[in-house]
Amino acid sequence: MIEKALKGSSVYWGWIIFLLCVIGAGFMAYLYQLKVGLGITGMSRDISWGVYIAQFTYFVGVAAGGVMVVIPKYLHHYSKYAKIVVFGEFLAIAAVVMCLLFIIVDIGQPMRMLNVLLHPTPHSMLFYDMIVLNGYLLLNIICGYNTLLADKKGVPCPGWVKPFIYISIPWAISIHTVTAFLYAGLPGRHFWLTAIMAPRFLASAFAAGPALLIMILLFVRRVTKFDPGMDAIQTIAKTVCYAMITNLFFMGCEFFTAYYSQVPGHMHTLDYLFRGLDGYGELVPFMRAAIVIGLFGVFLLLVPPIRRNTKWLAVAAASVFVATWIDKGVGLVIGGFIPNPFETITEYHPTLPEITIATAIWGVGALIVTILYKVAISVREQQAA
Amino acid sequence: MSMDRRKFLKAAGLTTLVGLGGKGVFELLKPGAVEAEMTHGGHGEEGHGEKDAGPKVRWAMLIDVMALNKEKIEKIVHTCHHLHNVPNWGDPKNEIMWIWEDEYEHVFPDSYNEYNHILNGMPFLLMCNHCDNPPCVRVCPVQATFRRPDGIVAQDYHRCIGCRFCMAACPYGSRSFNWLDPRVHLEKEIAEGRKLNKRFPTRMRGVVEKCNFCVERLAEGKPPGCVEVAPDVMFFGNLADPNSNVRKILKERISLRRKLELGTKPSVFYLI
Amino acid sequence: MYDSGKVIIGLLIFAGIFLFPFLYNHGSPAAKPKPSLDTPAIKALPEKKCVEDTQFMITTHMQFLNNWRDQALRDGNRWYVNKEGKKVWISLQNTCLKCHSNKKEFCNKCHNYAGVDPYCWDCHYDPNGSKL
Repeated sequence: MIEKALKGSSVYWGWIIFLLCVIGAGFMAYLYQLKVGLGITGMSRDISWGVYIAQFTYFVGVAAGGVMVVIPKYLHHYSKYAKIVVFGEFLAIAAVVMCLLFIIVDIGQPMRMLNVLLHPTPHSMLFYDMIVLNGYLLLNIICGYNTLLADKKGVPCPGWVKPFIYISIPWAISIHTVTAFLYAGLPGRHFWLTAIMAPRFLASAFAAGPALLIMILLFVRRVTKFDPGMDAIQTIAKTVCYAMITNLFFMGCEFFTAYYSQVPGHMHTLDYLFRGLDGYGELVPFMRAAIVIGLFGVFLLLVPPIRRNTKWLAVAAASVFVATWIDKGVGLVIGGFIPNPFETITEYHPTLPEITIATAIWGVGALIVTILYKVAISVREQQAA
Repeated sequence: MSMDRRKFLKAAGLTTLVGLGGKGVFELLKPGAVEAEMTHGGHGEEGHGEKDAGPKVRWAMLIDVMALNKEKIEKIVHTCHHLHNVPNWGDPKNEIMWIWEDEYEHVFPDSYNEYNHILNGMPFLLMCNHCDNPPCVRVCPVQATFRRPDGIVAQDYHRCIGCRFCMAACPYGSRSFNWLDPRVHLEKEIAEGRKLNKRFPTRMRGVVEKCNFCVERLAEGKPPGCVEVAPDVMFFGNLADPNSNVRKILKERISLRRKLELGTKPSVFYLI
Repeated sequence: MYDSGKVIIGLLIFAGIFLFPFLYNHGSPAAKPKPSLDTPAIKALPEKKCVEDTQFMITTHMQFLNNWRDQALRDGNRWYVNKEGKKVWISLQNTCLKCHSNKKEFCNKCHNYAGVDPYCWDCHYDPNGSKL
């Protein structure tokens, strides 16, 4: 089946080569980082996690978001998703691989990575994160590959795959819950120490993942002979809309608790992110933009005539993706370290090699999506013909 | 092959008595102190079966802030960083700190009081708190950082994978990461006249480090380096023993501990 | 077989590349390493004996040192009692290297021969090394 990825137009191959160049550049930068150390990044004693972990956190969400097409199809027999579930699963595969790569590039001694298996530590949330992420990757490979293979052969999906599909649903919830627990259980980091962290992570995940899926499916619809079906895309759009509203609501809850209680520790990071604190506020324009863009996206999705317009739908999906990305892929992780335990402020500026490496991992994700989607679309086109 | 706590303490005491007598600042050195520790059993044979018997050794550090001055701070920091070959990067981005100075309002940001003219601006010494309930140990995925039975939160540089989860978890900012190769900088410093302590290793890039309460010196029956050079400022002893030097001092002085509301139970006390 | 010509040529090229190192080094075995015990500390010993007997140290020093490391660092146990009942202070830097102060002629000899690069020296020192 995978051989279908080897036949494509010159545009397809051009895109692949472009991605390989991006990945190659990042790989060189990574070799440099491996030789010199993580000192080549903008991270410091105060901001000890940066772009890598922030992107990791965001893409766990994208991976978990895939479940939003799995649930309607397999729990509610929503047949309009029949043809696109595999795209959700393949997107999840790419996102999980990105997550694992972001972890690998972030650790100081990657050659000792297997110590996590050699000395399993059940009281560390990272231990569970390793289990759930690798498990989710495996589940999606099993489910995605086998359902597509069955479609290709024109036979129903084999029965033994079903249990894996059902397991993958709570498993998707678990990956983002555990990722939220990485943060929500740390004393002394007030911004992260909130019981609403996991629900908020899930809400933003169910907005971001499906939003990305909408953008890709709209693109697929334009450039290939396979039509995912506008009805299906509209249903995903509604999911994104509800999830994004929930996400913004949870954000509002955080604001209320902090500012109504007036407890300084609860307000400091929000101050830094949205108003500036002690003269520091480099992220303020971005964070404010995230709120505006997010609200704008919700507005577009809420009004049915606008949502049904393909172009506006693309804009809405992009808005939600960008808004959640700024919120979770930048502000959440960096903000947690500001102010530091001494209530002083160090700001964070990612360096060029750091960004090159992160971009390369985006490139790997894009490459996996491209190849897997090429296979899936070829199968769908063949089915239609 | 491994040895229980009793034998360990006996051995530590023996080395002490043979080679290093006369340094009265360190509780273990006092005649009878070692035996006193041992009669409690520690985690040795007698320890088994006694359900309510808590740990019998819990090392603690008392810092007399009122006796601190610039000169002593410099001496203490220099001694510690020399003993453990901590490079002096001189920039906050790569900084490695085992013990360092900061003002009251940064050490106790939660109890800052703008009218407290006595404490505000006063220099404090910061170090790892060797918490009784350490969040860093809870989050470490490989047990590279762990709590020894004597309360010392140790760091195994051989095992650390450099994920820096412990740095995010530590509410005291006590942990430093080797963003670059510390040896590269140490070599530069050696060229400028720095002396290396060849009895203690360096670290490698990509691992986290912090104050270790001088376990390597305790093993030899010596007091921590900071206590040795400033015996009128730093006091080290067994918090679990009601008759220890530190418990006696704590009975008489007002003491502060950092961020108690987080439930970490620090083993470093500030005397005011 | 389809494209048999291409397949066979490809296999031959692969085999050539794969076997190159073996063919290249054939017939010229590297000299067996002879780690040197010639240090002042060892010369001064009444009986030239390591912590355990030589054969044991040669074959097992890796696991042995790993155990020492974990005992000293993790269990806080700094004494090792050898098979003869003699007590030894557990320390790579301050016990092993006190006698074997010639890392280049002792450690490196075999490690280079075996092509291993243990990470001990990322943190511990060669006592007589000019560089860190």
